[in-house]
Amino acid sequence: MPRRAGIGLRGIGHAVINGVWRLGYASRFFGLTLFRSGTTFRRFGLAIREIYFSGVLSLIIILVSGLFVGMVLGFQGFHTLERYGSEEALGVLVALSLVRELGPVVAGLLFASRAGSAMTAEIGLMKATEQISALEMMAVDPIARVIAPRFWAGVISMPLLAALFSAMGVFGGYLVGVVLIGVDEGAFWSQMQSAVDFREDIINGVIKSIVFGIAVTWIALFEGYDAPPTAEGVSGATTRTVVTSSLAILALDFVLTALMFRGN
Amino acid sequence: MERTTLDLWVGIFVAAGLGALMILALKVGNLGATFGAGDTYALRANFENIGGLKVRAPVKSSGVVVGRVSDIQFDTESYTALVTMSLDARYRFPKDTFARILTSGLLGEQYVGLYPGGDEAMLANGEKIMKAESAVVLESLIGQFLYDRAAEGGNK
Amino acid sequence: MTDDILVEFDDVSFTYDRRPVLKGINMKIPRGKVVSIMGISGSGKTTMLRLIGGQLNPTSGQVKVAGQVVHELDSEGLYKLRRKMGMLFQFGALFTDLSAFENVAFQMREQTDLPEAVIKDLVLMKLNAVGLRGAYHLMPAELSGGMARRIALARAIALDPMLMMYDEPFAGLDPISLGVIGTLMRRLNDALGATSIVVTHDVQESLKMVDYVYYLSEGVIVAQGTAEEMKHSTQPLVHQFVWGEEDGPVAFHYPMAEYPQDLGLEPARA
Repeated sequence: MPRRAGIGLRGIGHAVINGVWRLGYASRFFGLTLFRSGTTFRRFGLAIREIYFSGVLSLIIILVSGLFVGMVLGFQGFHTLERYGSEEALGVLVALSLVRELGPVVAGLLFASRAGSAMTAEIGLMKATEQISALEMMAVDPIARVIAPRFWAGVISMPLLAALFSAMGVFGGYLVGVVLIGVDEGAFWSQMQSAVDFREDIINGVIKSIVFGIAVTWIALFEGYDAPPTAEGVSGATTRTVVTSSLAILALDFVLTALMFRGN
Repeated sequence: MERTTLDLWVGIFVAAGLGALMILALKVGNLGATFGAGDTYALRANFENIGGLKVRAPVKSSGVVVGRVSDIQFDTESYTALVTMSLDARYRFPKDTFARILTSGLLGEQYVGLYPGGDEAMLANGEKIMKAESAVVLESLIGQFLYDRAAEGGNK
Repeated sequence: MTDDILVEFDDVSFTYDRRPVLKGINMKIPRGKVVSIMGISGSGKTTMLRLIGGQLNPTSGQVKVAGQVVHELDSEGLYKLRRKMGMLFQFGALFTDLSAFENVAFQMREQTDLPEAVIKDLVLMKLNAVGLRGAYHLMPAELSGGMARRIALARAIALDPMLMMYDEPFAGLDPISLGVIGTLMRRLNDALGATSIVVTHDVQESLKMVDYVYYLSEGVIVAQGTAEEMKHSTQPLVHQFVWGEEDGPVAFHYPMAEYPQDLGLEPARA
């Protein structure tokens, strides 16, 4: 028994050390990506191409999900508020939930699953088929040419997608609340306008989505770059990207919410 | 060829995203209200108890929003709350204006209500509203109610 | 004279993860020659290419290209050196999101300021040299293995390098493509006045076109000589490799217990 426990402990210790080592490597990777970003800004066409693949191609899932989330908020919100006679606060409920939390977080999770995993798979396969090596041998820095444009594309796309998600969600809430259920349209919008503060809520939401964008893109690119060049390696890396990004988003959301929405 | 279609889509995407942000800011949030106000001037008032009044709460008169609360401080000279309000420059109020802290609805947020008096002289920038009534605090109300009931019971 | 030596390995050793991959390699590759490095899988052949290209640094010893020690170069120097090298990767390693034309044009666009019209002509010339000028618009996914390999070759010679390196160029090709690649390698080398290093374990094809052969086994050069010398070598390792014998110094059987014991017919012996 003690021997098995010892091996188990050693396994945990091994995993922790491995994890710390990997975190260090990932941080160095992040630093390199930032330093070598000069090419991305000089040849912005590279980033534009990546914005298309990670941002534009995520539009459908973001817009549809936003609409549905907003509609559900409309339904649930109405039934809860009705009990306190505060149906007219539905607009406030829908808007604040979306702008402060659901917009950045859900859009982030969707982005991680769709665009993040695609990036990981792409980079992993490029590494497995020696395309990265080929770039190096052609005296082209793969980090500057392949990784950095994707990073900045992710950071730019995320806040835009979160804003689109929130806007669609508010519209969904409007559809359900005002059009379907019959909450007063004037009250819906006016209460919302007075409750949602630009600096406190919207800007904070944007900051959150930028932070999530940095985290998700960093994780996705690193997992792809570090993946073992085999089929199992790439598929494992893709799974890890989605799982790690999702956990990171939720953890960061907690930290940011605690920092931003104190006492208000 | 393929390049320009791509650029077009990216352009549409970025424009849509920024547009959504604008919509959120102006229609959903209160950015329009703050920035559209234009010129403002400041008025101050002392309240014994501000209740749940917060900075950026509306200042209304006859139900119309005429400004926002810009600052709330504790006044150590009079040991009361000093509320500074930022009012739209179009609306001037007489010197004997009455300020009350009211609640919108039962569970709503608190705001400052201004009741103008009849004085011909207007309040200038930075001047203090002399008559201010505090917020209605629920506990005092209940206490008052119980006291009244007890007094009634005693009288019988 | 040393001027004739393009690539030199000076007592080079390389260890990876505490496992010695190369031990005390000494090699001199003269300009203009086609040299083959042969050996069974895992003998360290690809590592040698990576050492020449500066992707790996030797644990000890020096790798020199054109008189410069590769691992002592700064990033600027390494950049300049790599511009003069062309590498053909196993299976091509074409950029899958670019067409054949764009793959070949890649290095020209990245490294030079040549106008598009000039690049177009150059790309078509390179593609013509490998016989695939008509396929310039195809994407890598639409190419057969042999065609992809040839496009990759055209890409590798895009900037007329002085040193060409081939990593298993014959792997997985049909007999016709084998012949084509082999002929192209020789022809391009002589036409460009370049030097070529071919890492392979395809004996028949490479012995047809190389000038000199190094045979690597477990990280050490065990034999070297001209193609003819290798074919008639009496060294057991080389003989087994050249003639493809199933058993010899490289054993057929993986280390194991006695057969009857494995089958349970006899009790295991201590």
